[in-house]
Amino acid sequence: MKKLSLPGLLVLVVRRDLVLAMRRRADVLTTLIFFVMVVSLFPLGVGPEMDMLRKMASGVLWVAALLSSMLSLGRLFSADYLDGTLEQMMLAPQSLSMLVLGKMVAHWMVSGLPLVLMAPVLGVQFDMSANALGVLILSLLLGTPILSMVGAIGAALTLGLRGGGVLLSLLVLPLCIPVLIFGTGAVEAISAGLTVVPHMSLLGALLLLALVFTPWVTAQALRISME
Amino acid sequence: MAINWFKYSAPTTFYGLAGKLIPWFAIPAVILCGISLYIGFAVAPVDAQQGEFYRIIFIHVPASILSMFLYMIMAGYAALGLIFNTRLSSMMASAMAPTGALFAFISLWTGALWGKPMWGAWWVWDARLTSELILLFLYLGFIALHASIDDPRRADRASALLAIVGSVNVPIIYFSVKWWNTLHQGSTIKFSGTSMHIAMQQAMFTMLAACWMYAIVMTLMRVRSIILERERHTKWVTELPEVQQ
Repeated sequence: MKKLSLPGLLVLVVRRDLVLAMRRRADVLTTLIFFVMVVSLFPLGVGPEMDMLRKMASGVLWVAALLSSMLSLGRLFSADYLDGTLEQMMLAPQSLSMLVLGKMVAHWMVSGLPLVLMAPVLGVQFDMSANALGVLILSLLLGTPILSMVGAIGAALTLGLRGGGVLLSLLVLPLCIPVLIFGTGAVEAISAGLTVVPHMSLLGALLLLALVFTPWVTAQALRISME
Repeated sequence: MAINWFKYSAPTTFYGLAGKLIPWFAIPAVILCGISLYIGFAVAPVDAQQGEFYRIIFIHVPASILSMFLYMIMAGYAALGLIFNTRLSSMMASAMAPTGALFAFISLWTGALWGKPMWGAWWVWDARLTSELILLFLYLGFIALHASIDDPRRADRASALLAIVGSVNVPIIYFSVKWWNTLHQGSTIKFSGTSMHIAMQQAMFTMLAACWMYAIVMTLMRVRSIILERERHTKWVTELPEVQQ
């Protein structure tokens, strides 16, 4: 069998996962609908005062994004695990880390990117200013890939366990706290008239760190879970 | 003279050693705890600003220190188990987790008890409190992951990986929470710069030593149970006098 170049492998895996996701569009949509619903429930819970909602907006959107990415993480490896594809992937003479990275990228495109695109609409519901909205989108754009990547470690560790979904959230949510802090911090900074550069730089740094380490760690986790 | 450094890295031999070591740590734990309570309640003077309430720190500070140290030691053992595939290291890691979680909980609980009279609130979103809470979550995640995998070897390795990822994340979480808090407001209250009274120091450090001893005793006792549970089908366990009864 021909050994693919690393970028070739990445494109192949991403394309395959995207095609699979498009065949099962309901899964993608439920995550998005969940996101919209959670965000819409907050004003019902805390009252319709615009001042308060404007203050809460970034936090609510970020927490909702965090929760909905947890929701879809369970599916990251489970379908491939159940039908034996994952085992074949691990036997293949290709870099498992790259394969995993491909799956992370595809997962983000399916479950993270729609949230980012949906966020401005929801932000307008919370009466966010245009500036704050722009920063929110940028921070989500930098932050949601980290959620997919860190979450993949948890998904690999809890592969095939009973009650995996709840356990997954228990493992991954504490690790995602820095992303939440810097993501919402950036929006608050712009609302207070401060610079967003430190928050964005830190988010970017976390993204790079995650990009370097998480594929390898996830590959190790998969090896542990599959042996 | 060749010393076999790895003699006690086998569960078989360590089981006996742990049994012999337990009293050597348990008795000092009780004595030190007694001394600390005596100094803390009878000798240490009343604090000028905080009144009698400050005495909570005699347990609060040692519990916080222990909860953080134990996580790092646990992650170290877990890493050893993952890298060298030594069974005992993984058993030590899983034996430590409940004690660490207990200390994190005690630290939060006593912090709340102290916070109510001093700050007027059970809970303040202070950087230290928040990161201690997250530490408790990390412990619970470790324990939950270990408990939900049936195969003990896979459980060891999976939770070891989680502990390592967690320990890499701990500094990031700590600093992010710290910056998050300073963005909102300055630290509500700080330990005053004045040096502590000598009796207060004594009470705190003896309690710290007692907590260390207690943690070691609990870990050894728990690791003995884990060894027995995992090796229950082996010959040496069935030949143990306490098992044969």
